[in-house]
Amino acid sequence: MAETMLDEAYYKLLHDLQAVDFVLVELNLYLDTHPGDEAAIAQFNQYAELRKRIAAQYEAAYGPLMNFGHSMSKTPWQWKEAPWPWQV
Amino acid sequence: MFVYEKKLQYPVRVSKCDPLMAKFLMEQYGGADGELAAALRYLNQRYTIPDKVIGLLTDIATEEFSHLEMIATMIYKLTKDATPDQLKAAGLGAHYAAHDNALFYTNAAGVPWTASYIQAKGDPIADLYEDIAAEEKARATYQWLIDLTDDVDLQDSLKFLREREIVHSLRFREAVEILKEEQDRKIFF
Repeated sequence: MAETMLDEAYYKLLHDLQAVDFVLVELNLYLDTHPGDEAAIAQFNQYAELRKRIAAQYEAAYGPLMNFGHSMSKTPWQWKEAPWPWQV
Repeated sequence: MFVYEKKLQYPVRVSKCDPLMAKFLMEQYGGADGELAAALRYLNQRYTIPDKVIGLLTDIATEEFSHLEMIATMIYKLTKDATPDQLKAAGLGAHYAAHDNALFYTNAAGVPWTASYIQAKGDPIADLYEDIAAEEKARATYQWLIDLTDDVDLQDSLKFLREREIVHSLRFREAVEILKEEQDRKIFF
């Protein structure tokens, strides 16, 4: 419940990640019904690469984004630390 | 399997404590055309829909869970500082008596979520038409919710969700056309 003090840089990086992820969700759904669109697939792959870079930057600064081994942890175990998404 | 990502799909900010608006938002939390119903409807239909549209149902169902989390965040933020008196004045006295400030899957009138809100007919066209209707009803609900608040931060998040319903409806319509084409091919060859 404790609202961690997060700086402006946190919200900027989170916003960048949400923006690139929005592009990927949109392209993903579009490709589900337009599987032959080569340009859209190229764009999807390009943004998937960009996504990896932004997520790595976010995790280095603010901890793991995903559970079950999709993100690494420092010691002590970082995953269980607040803030959770509804607390920021 | 499912993995969790520790972030919202789109930012949720509210500018004041507003338990009455939280009550209205419960329509999209545990209501008939809400996000829980949407996610469970699509996830469950996947198993008997033709292969060509399983991916789409999987992806939209997954996105709906992200929307459920956004709605939960709105309700949480709008009620976390509310006193019992404020909740009572907002029509949430009965909710408080049963749940304190906890969230619960009900519609705006306090009726608990039920599986009878969703269908699985096993007929791909019938199922997809239900999905299209569900998206259009959710879009309309988001418009009514936007009309019910003057909180511009909240309106911003609700507008994002309203637009997503439009995109989902469009994709489901395309899925119907894909299945019709496939059906026609089977008849002629």
